Amino acid sequence: MDLLRLLSKKENSKTVAKERLKLVLITDRINCSEAMLEALREDIIGVISKYMEIDTEGFDVQITPSADDSRGSPVLYANIPIKNMKR
Amino acid sequence: MSEIIVVTSGKGGVGKTTTTANIGMGLAMLDKKVALLDADIGLRNLDVVMGLENRIVYDIVDVIEGNCKLKQALIKDKRNQNLYLLPAAQTKDKDAIAPQQMKDLCEKLKEEFDYVLVDCPAGIEQGFKNAIAGAQHAIVVTTPEVSAVRDADRIIGLLEANGLKDPKLVLNRLRIDMVSRGDMMAIEDVTEILAIDIVGVVPDDETVITSTNHGEPAVLDQSSKAGRAFSDISKRIAGQEVPFMDLESKENILSRLKKIFK
Repeated sequence: MDLLRLLSKKENSKTVAKERLKLVLITDRINCSEAMLEALREDIIGVISKYMEIDTEGFDVQITPSADDSRGSPVLYANIPIKNMKR
Repeated sequence: MSEIIVVTSGKGGVGKTTTTANIGMGLAMLDKKVALLDADIGLRNLDVVMGLENRIVYDIVDVIEGNCKLKQALIKDKRNQNLYLLPAAQTKDKDAIAPQQMKDLCEKLKEEFDYVLVDCPAGIEQGFKNAIAGAQHAIVVTTPEVSAVRDADRIIGLLEANGLKDPKLVLNRLRIDMVSRGDMMAIEDVTEILAIDIVGVVPDDETVITSTNHGEPAVLDQSSKAGRAFSDISKRIAGQEVPFMDLESKENILSRLKKIFK
């Protein structure tokens, strides 16, 4: 069994468990729905559009785990490509 | 200084009641006066795990409704004179008590006992809210499985939101053989994910089942691994410095030997 695993280079099931848990806990902890993220996205576009022209296609908002990988607060990450500054 | 500690987990079946019974007995063996309070109304079990099911006359709801005095409902343990049990009601439901009543009851128990351990029902609804209402500290029980750890994480969040800061973790039913194969999350994996202090690790041990079959908490049998683990946890709760059992290295040698002879 161990030998088979070594040959197939299959990941340990504990590593799988840990990774899956970490991912599911990000959304569990933030308790933020898709609908809320979408509303947030719309609002951010609204505010930024007052000052610059942005690429709404490439616009990306997501919640990611905190950098230190502990129970620390997660991070709101937004990638907003600018097309043109408004004059 | 007496302490009121709630034993909780979110998920059912991870060993809350067993942990409550064993830590309670463990503390009583350290000459502490202990009251165990079964807050799982409608699904009472602490009595049968403790082997005290035949001595119940009154229950927690009787006390709260004033049908009897607190002293009349407290069942004295048959093995240790420091230990008492206040059983849950079996025929009522969780709405039979309110958080404030629980709080008052815990305060009353605090006058008489060094430790009050509250066995919390599974879930995060009314029964959970009642069980944590009077507590100052919390013990979160989990097993090294994704479902149990996820629920423990949710419970830790809820405890902290309710002012129960710094809950302590009991990692139950750890299978050292599976950990060394990489098929079960190890102690560090679980503490890294949950990011709380750990107060003890209980190895998976058949003794827990066989002793519970007899209504005897495993902690009474110090020759068993689980019994020693629960005894260590009780000492840590009582403020003693107890090093963690070296579970892995011993087993590693054994399992390595086994592998050689496979």
